[in-house]
Amino acid sequence: MANTVNLKIDGIDVSVEAGKTVLDAAKELNIHIPTLCYHEDLCVAGNCRVCVVEQEGARNLVASCAMPAQEGMVINTNTLKVRNARKHIVELLLSEHNADCTKCYKNKNCELQDLASDLVQTEQLYIDLVEEKEYTKDQQSPSIIKDDSRCIRCQRCVRTCNELQHVSALGVAYKGDHMKISTFFENPMYDVVCTNCGQCINRCPTGALIEKNYIDQVWDAIHDPEKHVIVQTAPATRIALGEDLGMEPGEIVTGKMAASLRKLGFDSVLDTDFTADLTIMEEGTELLTRLKKALVDGDTSVKVPMFTSCSPGWIKFIEHQYPEYLDNLSTCKSPQQMFGALAKTYYAQKKNLDPSKIVSVSIMPCTAKKFEAARPEMRDSGYQDVDLGITTRELAVMIKQAGMDFETLPDEGFDSLMGESTGAAVIFGATGGVMEAALRTAYELVTGREVPFENLDITPVRGMEGVREASIKLEGLLPDWSFLEGVELKTAVAHGLTNAHQIMEAIKKGEASYHFVEVMGCPGGCIGGGGQPIPTTPEIRKKRAEAIYREDSGMKIRKSHENPEIQQIYKEFLGEPLGHKSHELLHTHYTKRKRH
Amino acid sequence: MKNVKRVDIIFGAYTQEKYKVFEQTLSKSSDQIISEVIESGLRGRGGAGFPTGLKWKYTAAEADPVKYVVCNADEGEPGTFKDREILTKVPRKVFSGMAICGKATGAKKGFLYLRGEYLYMLENLNKELDVFHEVAKKNNFDFTIEIVMGSGAYICGEESALFESIEGKRGEPRNKPPYPTVSGVFSKPTVINNVETFVNTLMIMRIGAKEFQKLGTTDSRGSKLFSVSGDTPIAGIYELELGMSLEDFVEEFGDGDTKAVQVGGASGFCVPRKKFKDTIIGFEGVPTGGSMMLFNSSRSMYNVLKNYVEFFEEESCGQCTPCRVGCQQLKKGIEAVKKGDKSAAYLNTLQKLADTMKVASKCGLGQSVANSFYSIVDNFKEEMIY
Repeated sequence: MANTVNLKIDGIDVSVEAGKTVLDAAKELNIHIPTLCYHEDLCVAGNCRVCVVEQEGARNLVASCAMPAQEGMVINTNTLKVRNARKHIVELLLSEHNADCTKCYKNKNCELQDLASDLVQTEQLYIDLVEEKEYTKDQQSPSIIKDDSRCIRCQRCVRTCNELQHVSALGVAYKGDHMKISTFFENPMYDVVCTNCGQCINRCPTGALIEKNYIDQVWDAIHDPEKHVIVQTAPATRIALGEDLGMEPGEIVTGKMAASLRKLGFDSVLDTDFTADLTIMEEGTELLTRLKKALVDGDTSVKVPMFTSCSPGWIKFIEHQYPEYLDNLSTCKSPQQMFGALAKTYYAQKKNLDPSKIVSVSIMPCTAKKFEAARPEMRDSGYQDVDLGITTRELAVMIKQAGMDFETLPDEGFDSLMGESTGAAVIFGATGGVMEAALRTAYELVTGREVPFENLDITPVRGMEGVREASIKLEGLLPDWSFLEGVELKTAVAHGLTNAHQIMEAIKKGEASYHFVEVMGCPGGCIGGGGQPIPTTPEIRKKRAEAIYREDSGMKIRKSHENPEIQQIYKEFLGEPLGHKSHELLHTHYTKRKRH
Repeated sequence: MKNVKRVDIIFGAYTQEKYKVFEQTLSKSSDQIISEVIESGLRGRGGAGFPTGLKWKYTAAEADPVKYVVCNADEGEPGTFKDREILTKVPRKVFSGMAICGKATGAKKGFLYLRGEYLYMLENLNKELDVFHEVAKKNNFDFTIEIVMGSGAYICGEESALFESIEGKRGEPRNKPPYPTVSGVFSKPTVINNVETFVNTLMIMRIGAKEFQKLGTTDSRGSKLFSVSGDTPIAGIYELELGMSLEDFVEEFGDGDTKAVQVGGASGFCVPRKKFKDTIIGFEGVPTGGSMMLFNSSRSMYNVLKNYVEFFEEESCGQCTPCRVGCQQLKKGIEAVKKGDKSAAYLNTLQKLADTMKVASKCGLGQSVANSFYSIVDNFKEEMIY
């Protein structure tokens, strides 16, 4: 076999595919080599040096993450030299690190802590350098806290921001002992091109990058007898929350989550999935209206392709990097913000609540949602529509603080009114889900028939390919929509902002012509969001996505327009999609932002 | 062992007209040039001493039609100032050497990466470069050279960091493999050599491998430029035959009270007086990129070491743990021992740390900090403590 190489690790022969590293080969043999700067999602850096091993014939140790496996190589992973080096390296990192673990948000979920506990068993070997370092802590962003005193300079965040997200808000500054991870002109995170996506948080091995948490504010609201606290939960939270509470990736915990929220003391336990369905109604109608104006009326002010607008990381990305395409964004608010606007209007009216006494909390897989909630334009209810956005991780902390045994909680449902949802809504949590949900509804709206896919599963838009394309021919249309007869609806789906960048460049160069493009800011979509349990790997995201689609196929109703509460809200409150009330509450505008 | 012998090849005046050797070499085949360089035994003059001919051969063998020749003129090793002299006096020899390498390897483009502090040379270099390009054009030889300015980071003298810098990125060393001959600047097969090495290759084209071999020893062929500094009455640049003993060298250049010689700059080795006799300057003994710093008995070796460690602490790129934090710890550590905050035994902890830095750092910078640390602490322990 030409494409395999044979080597020997710790005396055991192993064959691996050419191109694999020594670390990969060791994994095949279940030989554990500690790593720190290595991350499955990122290119190899080889800079922490924790994974060094001894290669026979080589003068120095080699970094197993960066060393290609080669024919005839003899590797030893457990020699005195290797153990000493690893121990020294971890000790060196600790000497530069604010190891005040009990005061760290990442306590017990820290890769440096794990390494220290595995490899360092003595008193501190080296001189403490932390005191004189004058580390800075940037807490000005509504989403992300960057604490340099906990940074080990592995550059995972830099690689994430650059490779996965094409944002490059984070970079390396200075050299030698002053080397640090910083931003353009060392500006605070809120004042640079950061999209608040939080992917850096998901990959930071320590507590150097964490979300700004609003746990105490939520507790305060819950315990304020004057306040009625409404909580909404995003689609992707229900398939990931369990991971932070001792369960395996891919377990669906919708019922337990609802039960836990009620036990925490939220007054109304509602579902963002409801407004995901509503988004489909609004966005689907907007798409068809745009297509009519552009294709039939020849209105050049209407921009096609239309881009989805659910992902606040993507929104901020396009505002910074492609402001000339802001008119291509759907004007629909994200489901979180639609929910917020309706909670303090429609819900308040129906439940006879004083909107000024409502505190609206969202549980999101996302850190950018915190920024989105604080946008000045998100006050259409007359109040800040969403008061506090917290992540899946923060909810897990609250559940632990409350002393709940999550796994044994009974399954409960959401409260009624803005608690009912469909399978189309839950798949918003995975890349391609909004597209699939929109097609399920839009196709049926114009043809009167269900989408021509078995079991409503529009598989071409599913999966983890960075950019996926699908087209669907519109034929045999209802009389109202006959102007679209024969049109081949071209769609594309991208997840992770580097893929978004790729699609934008293709559109810019005129190499791609789409009608509708779904972009999710995070790899895998919301299931891989910046507020989801840590760690994240392709395997974990795959399991979460499978859970999302399982949840969809288990739902009684799988098309947004068949959600009875959706039908009710249009009848009783909104009138019709894109109607006057919708425009007032459910649609928004965007802002051009600087490129640096 | 050879005696100290001054030679005058590198700066030696041409008897023929300028660029004559270069023009004559263009009629040779790639194989002829490479064989000649291999036969000469020339090893890289930047300090690491990789056989130059092999580097050229590996690059020539790569199938990629785009290849590059890079001249490392980021002369930053403390105590080294010989490339400055070459680039000032005989830049045409450097350009010629690069172009010959282009002929040998099939590269059509060369970069000369010039140390940031040598900005003042740029105008003159560009003038000479115009002349070179004229000559190349006249001979229908497709090879152009571009001068790229460094910005003052020592680490950019490390070849892969230098490539990153040419590409417009932060100067950080890459993982190896792949090596430059396979994937160098812009991920293309690249020969990177020191300024002096390129001049040497031109000399070999002129005098032939056999003549070149007459100088030096089996492991260290030829002559080399030395930058002599420190406690010496005759500081300066000298071209000397390789393979002399340090004792002879000190005899020639010392002030009569030489206590130690730092061979190879901050990243090199400190040789104490008692070892002068047995130390050969060359690849079989202590190699050097040219830096020879002499210290007499008035010097504190603690201060010398602290100065080096401070230099590395600042000039580490900072990406890899052993080098970034190790340098800080070495500095803090020797200060603590000197002050009495740590016992003398802590020097052993630091030496073990230096061992780790040597074997686990990502690039030559971190790997070589141990050289001066070890050799100074070992040989001058009392000065470290009292």
